[in-house]
Amino acid sequence: MEIIKADVAIVGAGGAGLRTAIALAEADPKLRIALISKVYPMRSHTCAAEGGAAGVIKSDDSMTDHFNDTVGGGDWLCDQDAVDFFIAEAPKELMQLEHWGCPWSREPDGSVAVRPFGGMKNKRTWYAADKSGFHILHTLFQTSLKYPTIQRFDEYFATDLLVDDGRCQGLTAIAMMTGQMTQFQAGAVIITAGGAGRMFPFTTNGAIKTGDGMALAYRAGVPLKDMEFVQYHPTGLPNTGILLTEGCRGEGGILVNKDGRRYLQDYGMGPESPIGQPVLKTMELGPRDRLSQAFWHEQRKGNTVQTRWGDCVLLDMRHLGEKKINERLPFVRDLSISYLSVDPVKDPVPIRPVVHYMMGGIHTDINAATPLPGLFAAGECACVSINGANRLGSNSLTELLVFGRQAALSAMAYLESGASPSNDAALAAQAGEAQARITSLFAKSGGAETLSGLRKEMMDLMEEHAGIYRTGEGLAAACDKIFELRQRYADIELHDKSNVYNTDLVQALELGAMLDCAEAVTVGARDRKESRGAHQRLDFTERDDQTYLKHSLAYYQPKEPPHIDYLDVVITKSQPGVRDYSGAKK
Amino acid sequence: MSERQIQLEVLRYNPETDSEPRLQTYSVPCLNEWVVLDALNYVKDNLDTTLSYRWSCHMAVCGSCGMMINGEPKLACKAFIREYADQIRVEPLANFPIERDLVTAVEDFIAKLASVKPYLIPKEDKPIEAGEFKQTPTELKKYKQYTLCINCMLCYAACPQYGLVPEFLGPAAIALAHRYNQDSRDGGRDQRQEVIASHEGVWECSFVGACSEVCPKHVDPAGALQQVKIASTIDWYKEHLMPWVKK
Amino acid sequence: MGEEMSSKPYIREISKTNWFYGQPRYMRYMAREVTCIFIFAYTFLLIWALRALANGPEAYQAFLAALNSPLGILFNLAVLVGVVYHSISWFSLTPQAMPLQRGEEFVPGNLIIGAHYGGWAVVSLIVLFLGV
Repeated sequence: MEIIKADVAIVGAGGAGLRTAIALAEADPKLRIALISKVYPMRSHTCAAEGGAAGVIKSDDSMTDHFNDTVGGGDWLCDQDAVDFFIAEAPKELMQLEHWGCPWSREPDGSVAVRPFGGMKNKRTWYAADKSGFHILHTLFQTSLKYPTIQRFDEYFATDLLVDDGRCQGLTAIAMMTGQMTQFQAGAVIITAGGAGRMFPFTTNGAIKTGDGMALAYRAGVPLKDMEFVQYHPTGLPNTGILLTEGCRGEGGILVNKDGRRYLQDYGMGPESPIGQPVLKTMELGPRDRLSQAFWHEQRKGNTVQTRWGDCVLLDMRHLGEKKINERLPFVRDLSISYLSVDPVKDPVPIRPVVHYMMGGIHTDINAATPLPGLFAAGECACVSINGANRLGSNSLTELLVFGRQAALSAMAYLESGASPSNDAALAAQAGEAQARITSLFAKSGGAETLSGLRKEMMDLMEEHAGIYRTGEGLAAACDKIFELRQRYADIELHDKSNVYNTDLVQALELGAMLDCAEAVTVGARDRKESRGAHQRLDFTERDDQTYLKHSLAYYQPKEPPHIDYLDVVITKSQPGVRDYSGAKK
Repeated sequence: MSERQIQLEVLRYNPETDSEPRLQTYSVPCLNEWVVLDALNYVKDNLDTTLSYRWSCHMAVCGSCGMMINGEPKLACKAFIREYADQIRVEPLANFPIERDLVTAVEDFIAKLASVKPYLIPKEDKPIEAGEFKQTPTELKKYKQYTLCINCMLCYAACPQYGLVPEFLGPAAIALAHRYNQDSRDGGRDQRQEVIASHEGVWECSFVGACSEVCPKHVDPAGALQQVKIASTIDWYKEHLMPWVKK
Repeated sequence: MGEEMSSKPYIREISKTNWFYGQPRYMRYMAREVTCIFIFAYTFLLIWALRALANGPEAYQAFLAALNSPLGILFNLAVLVGVVYHSISWFSLTPQAMPLQRGEEFVPGNLIIGAHYGGWAVVSLIVLFLGV
């Protein structure tokens, strides 16, 4: 087996991974950096983010407001020390991107422009039209090409972490083009592998977002934190789940039901703001969880529009006019016309909430460090947590920059403490076991299960029981069923036995990761008997700060469902309060 | 929703068992609103798990699923079934070596991209604390279109010159260099010229224009290349005929 | 899953001579390029005219007669068609090669193409004026 030695190995080359790699390369040109990803960097799902990235820059905005928007938006499940750190770093990171050439949209005077986003008291979202994530990803990728010490391993699928002496010392990955297992030995490993939205059938997430990074850490004993919090984005195209950015509403788009009523006013987000003059932090600029929940209620009341793709509400942008739509939301227009045959300039666009983002992830502290020495994580796969129970729109792009860099700095500090791979034989033995597991997958024949069948069962369960509103009964059933699926997963058979670019194998490994993540979601949700942010229980409709002002930690158990533990939330200055998105006093 | 039975002919190649590619036909029940990628996913999930291809975002922005569809370079996620007859042929992107089925070798493209120094080389040093480089909407618009490239490589598949002369830097890489050259914050043009104004650079381009016609993001790489040619020509005249004029 | 490297990329060969056949896009390109031959041919005609002029009035009359022959007219017509196609196909590409930004917006391509036709007309008129 080929052995590659690096000082730091990074798993995932999207926004967070690239930012991490650049930070390492800049800080120490002697560091050997292995950037490992199952796709070429520019294919990473950061590219699909549209709306923008939050960072206080304008004089009418303040760090305090960003803090309060984030913490209140997260229903007080955010660690407030981390939020403070994040908010202070945010403008620097966005400015750094500007210096690297990111084509941010501009004010007439040449300064960076900001747009309003949901749940924000002031405009603070930096944007590059409606392809902000795309431009961030490509700016980072292109900038990373400056640094010869960043050695990329594109299309390598990470299978296992190597842990010896209580420290993470590397990983194994399959070179997809040859099928060869490769052992990466590294002083520190940073996971930046993105979310797991693909465990749901209807999601804005690309095919690659299968929780591989989360599962890597989870199986190595690192808990997954707050996995029950899954964000639904309120505006997705109904047939494909394609995202229409919150920027649509930030620019003034409105949501109406089948009667043309702006129904958000009936869910504590009224009174109506004037059409075309959006008022911050109310109505269509309420937070994502509330908007998605309002849809669910409208659907229950029969107020939704029936389309051939199911129940929808309408996102009306016609009053913005063609010029503004073309300038600020060209991608939204293109996507609506192409995939739904609806031109937002001429007609309201049918939309419905769609799974978008995992607030939960690998348990890290404010330094992006996991409890396992030598292992760090950043981006969507990690949970610091600055997102709490519901992420404030446009915080995630900034998060992957701030904590991507922080992970790099922390890993360097860790390396300076003298940690390096020590016991080659022990690592080789583990790598051998990893290879043996793959080999046994190939050897199996006559398996009764199909990949696509198991995957569909998992997705259907998640949609039915772990959606916008959940019940104890449904979640308990889902937990049992997912545990059963995990066992049945052992019985899958690969039909593709070849070494070269075997996507049957990759999909099998991805399904394994998703099942583990899905179980952490359902068990965490079942055990959280309250309603908070994106986790809404019909049987426990109130927030319960007495019992559940806590992060959940799911610990992997190979033969059993995860064990759930709890950890206090860090509260420094904002005591839990009422999330008020009414426009009355604004 | 109307459904159609499509005969999907896919060029298959498994380097471990095949000496050359072969066509395999799948009969796929397709909804009219589907894209070709949906049909491939149907095959993968229901008919043949051994079929290999790349895809991710399904919204024409990640650039993974470029392939030849009825001989045209297309993103499979933006090639609508409704625009095709009942028989659709899918092949790996032209001009690239086939690794497996619809998966092609990308390294050459990535290396070319990297060779043009596709990053901002600032005109002036400025610390982060000093704020942004000012750039007016007009200055932004000057290069914006060239930032939209998703690296899907359709332009390389369409470019006969790249097919005939593999050393050619190609449309996307040069357009990307042009993107930074046109950026008001950038001062790195001289450093990029050596590569892009070389023989394997713009001068290998004969302006077939196919790259721009197939570009799913309307980047117009052909335009970028001609602009680089003109600018390089002006450089040459300045250097040889008017050496006293500073570039 | 073996230890051996099993990647073996397959390269599809491209014909160096007839790569453009059957692909309308490439055929259009070839037509644009090939029509430059007509311009080339016409320059020969002009050289012949000059030589005839130098050889005296008789030779020049013979040259004019040849021009007026059916073959001469056919040749001129063919050149005209070829040159017009060549020019139109190149003019249509000019907005890509020389975009003009006025304020924030780019000048519409049709205007740039139109300006080229305008220039063509002016040059033609000058030639005509010098001729009569």
